[in-house]
Amino acid sequence: MHELSICQSLIDMIADEARRQAFNRVEVVRIEVGRFAGVEPGALAFGFEVASRGTVCDGARLEIVDLPGLAYCFACEESVELSDRLAPCPKCGGGRLQPTGGDELRVKDLEVV
Amino acid sequence: MCVTCGCGGGETTIDTGEPKRRHAHDHGHPHGHDHSHGHSHGHDHSHGQDHGHDHAHDHAGDHAGRTVALERDILSANARLAADNRRLLAKTSSIALNLMSSPGSGKTTLLVETLKRLGAVPAVVIEGDQQTSNDAERIRATGRKAIQINTGKGCHLDAHMVGHALEHLPLEPNGLVFIENVGNLVCPAAFDLGEARRVVILSVTEGEDKPLKYPDMFAVADLVVLTKTDLAPYVDFDGEAARAHVARINPSVPVIEVSVRREDGLKPWLDWLTTQRRAALEARRRQIEAELAALDAGVPA
Repeated sequence: MHELSICQSLIDMIADEARRQAFNRVEVVRIEVGRFAGVEPGALAFGFEVASRGTVCDGARLEIVDLPGLAYCFACEESVELSDRLAPCPKCGGGRLQPTGGDELRVKDLEVV
Repeated sequence: MCVTCGCGGGETTIDTGEPKRRHAHDHGHPHGHDHSHGHSHGHDHSHGQDHGHDHAHDHAGDHAGRTVALERDILSANARLAADNRRLLAKTSSIALNLMSSPGSGKTTLLVETLKRLGAVPAVVIEGDQQTSNDAERIRATGRKAIQINTGKGCHLDAHMVGHALEHLPLEPNGLVFIENVGNLVCPAAFDLGEARRVVILSVTEGEDKPLKYPDMFAVADLVVLTKTDLAPYVDFDGEAARAHVARINPSVPVIEVSVRREDGLKPWLDWLTTQRRAALEARRRQIEAELAALDAGVPA
């Protein structure tokens, strides 16, 4: 359940930003999570709800933007999108794939008042 | 609560093995070194304050709501502390190795047997577990220095904990720093500790399909070590299948096999460690050569 630690980190960052940019309440937190980031969106949502209580994020909506997994297919010699780490190449059906992207775990922006 | 990531919060403790401090720790009086992570104290890595915008504005007219762009990695605080750890380790050309596996794969046994065979090679150990100092005690029995981090409820080590542990360790030139992470094939994969290499350990008794079951861990590995290989015939472990599964997740990662029960059963691992130490020294040589070149060219280094 490292998603709770991740949410704690996210909320600490937002609390710092709230002091710096003088806002009191966050309505929406938009984050980008790659398919290969190793986090479970459901667990993130749960962790966010727990970790945000009594903070500037209390009651905020967590919007998770799902980013595709990217890999280089040695057979097709090009970059392809994957739905998960064990998915075959969508073009040739092969499994000789080197992951190249999709491990993003970023906060994009906030809607605040 | 840990200011970096909040993992396990104030439950994290560090046991340096010093008798006095352990005494106090046993009585549950937090002080000096057996600290929880709830308070700040002097050490030489920064806690990653941003200095970009530290004056308050009057935002009286902003109540209608607005969008604040951040575009930042969620674990950026951990990443900054990991970079601090990396800088500290680089000063002595130390090589930190983050050892990750499920519980019971033989990490500590591998370390104990490795330390016995390392001879004059400098090596220290950071042990991570939820509870007990048992693993650190096993390491200390070999005569090497070990720091035990207890994460309480925390499921992984983070760069903040490792930074504090490093304060208590003597870093010798070109030495090895083994970091034994909490036994867990999921959570530790996400947290950079400042290590040079991530080593994922898989014992043959766990079955050859572990890489498929826990792909995120095997995806971040710089080396996969198959342990307890002397048991392979008794548990019908298919080494070829295991290698194929690792390659499916991480095509470029090397896989080596070890056994502490065989006379030369650790050779591939010891050879790999030597390669890492050599690479660190080569990096240092390149840096010194660059500094010499700059000096000769009259450019202030």
